[in-house]
Amino acid sequence: MDFDLILRVYPYFLEAALVTVQLSVLSIALGLICGSLGAAARLSRSAPLRFVGAAYVSVFRGTPALIQLFILYFGGPQVGIQLDAFEAGVIGLGINIGAYMTETIRGAIIAVDKGQTEAARTVGMSRSQTMRKVILPQAARLMIRPLGVNINAQIKGTALVAAISVVELTYTAQRYIGSTYKPFEMFLLSGVIYMVLIYVTGLGVSWLDRRAVIK
Amino acid sequence: MGLDFSVVPSYLDALFLGALWTVAITLSSAVLSFFGGIGLAVIALYAPLIIRLPFRLFAWLFMGTPLLLQLFLIYFGLIEIGVDLPAFVAGVIGLGLHYAVYNSDIIQAGILAVDTGQHEGARTLGLSRGQTIRKIVVPQAVRTVLPPIGNNMIALLKDSALVSVIGVAELTLTSQLAISKTFRPFEFYLAAAAFYYVINLGLEFGLRRIERRIQIAR
Repeated sequence: MDFDLILRVYPYFLEAALVTVQLSVLSIALGLICGSLGAAARLSRSAPLRFVGAAYVSVFRGTPALIQLFILYFGGPQVGIQLDAFEAGVIGLGINIGAYMTETIRGAIIAVDKGQTEAARTVGMSRSQTMRKVILPQAARLMIRPLGVNINAQIKGTALVAAISVVELTYTAQRYIGSTYKPFEMFLLSGVIYMVLIYVTGLGVSWLDRRAVIK
Repeated sequence: MGLDFSVVPSYLDALFLGALWTVAITLSSAVLSFFGGIGLAVIALYAPLIIRLPFRLFAWLFMGTPLLLQLFLIYFGLIEIGVDLPAFVAGVIGLGLHYAVYNSDIIQAGILAVDTGQHEGARTLGLSRGQTIRKIVVPQAVRTVLPPIGNNMIALLKDSALVSVIGVAELTLTSQLAISKTFRPFEFYLAAAAFYYVINLGLEFGLRRIERRIQIAR
């Protein structure tokens, strides 16, 4: 184990980690938007909307994220979508995780007891009032932990953009493995950073989850 | 530059071959991850602390870091220590170990859910501890947790696209080769996506059948 080397290169890894954090935050935010829209579509009363929601989930969960990223980044220019690698990474990963989050959010909403809806409608609330004031606040509590699992997966999933040459943590590790021939040191260094990111995020999710418990 | 799907058919044979390799690598890694997962689960629950600790460290490392990084480590790391494996084998080891760790978590839960009476009954009948685990507890545990393990297999299929970066000529790399000749990324990646989607449907169908059969057997 060459610790001198680790001490020499770690600043570059920290810089790269910042890009990983940006990618994670932006793609997760986009994923939450897509997931909410997807869940709304899947639970909608309109059959075409339900179909669109189901097709979104099926297609984006049924094909590799890497291929989706390649279609967007390399294939995009052919259909007039010009994105740099970072933008393509955020959008591609965000839409992909959005499909998983659609199911998480939908699952939490249908997990709320049916009696809640019935009772809310009985006391005269409209459909949208019932959703906004009764169902969603309860569903939000149920979806914190499973969304945490999606987010954990997404932080590791950002490594995929190394394949379209975004200089983030995995790309940096790969480049330094190539130039130093020290795979174990580079793995250790980047691995520790990933685990710290995931650990800290996990703490945040647990904190939210504890706060959301109704006492 | 518009779209022109007429270039795809002449490469269909190559894509089929790539798809076969994708299926091969998925199935090999699935088998490795299944039995690896059982092994890791048994170690995590029954082995003495001195053996358990390094394995827990290993599981922790593999769960906390991206698969792509692990593939680089295995492929380049093994070369570093003088083992020059073919990319296919390195890919299977990487995917298999990664998912073995995830399966192990699920199987552990399954083992703990098996009624303790089963364990006691087997020991009373004179089976040794190893026999009890192997023949009584693990088979029941695996049955109950088969659906979530199936979900991991589906995730594994999609992650098999990652081994293209270490040079396994599966579906993704095959489409990249076709793109390098035709400069038509959109068409070929879309074709690859279609192949993955179909394989995915097939896998889901197969898994559902296996689950049904096992339920009847109970």
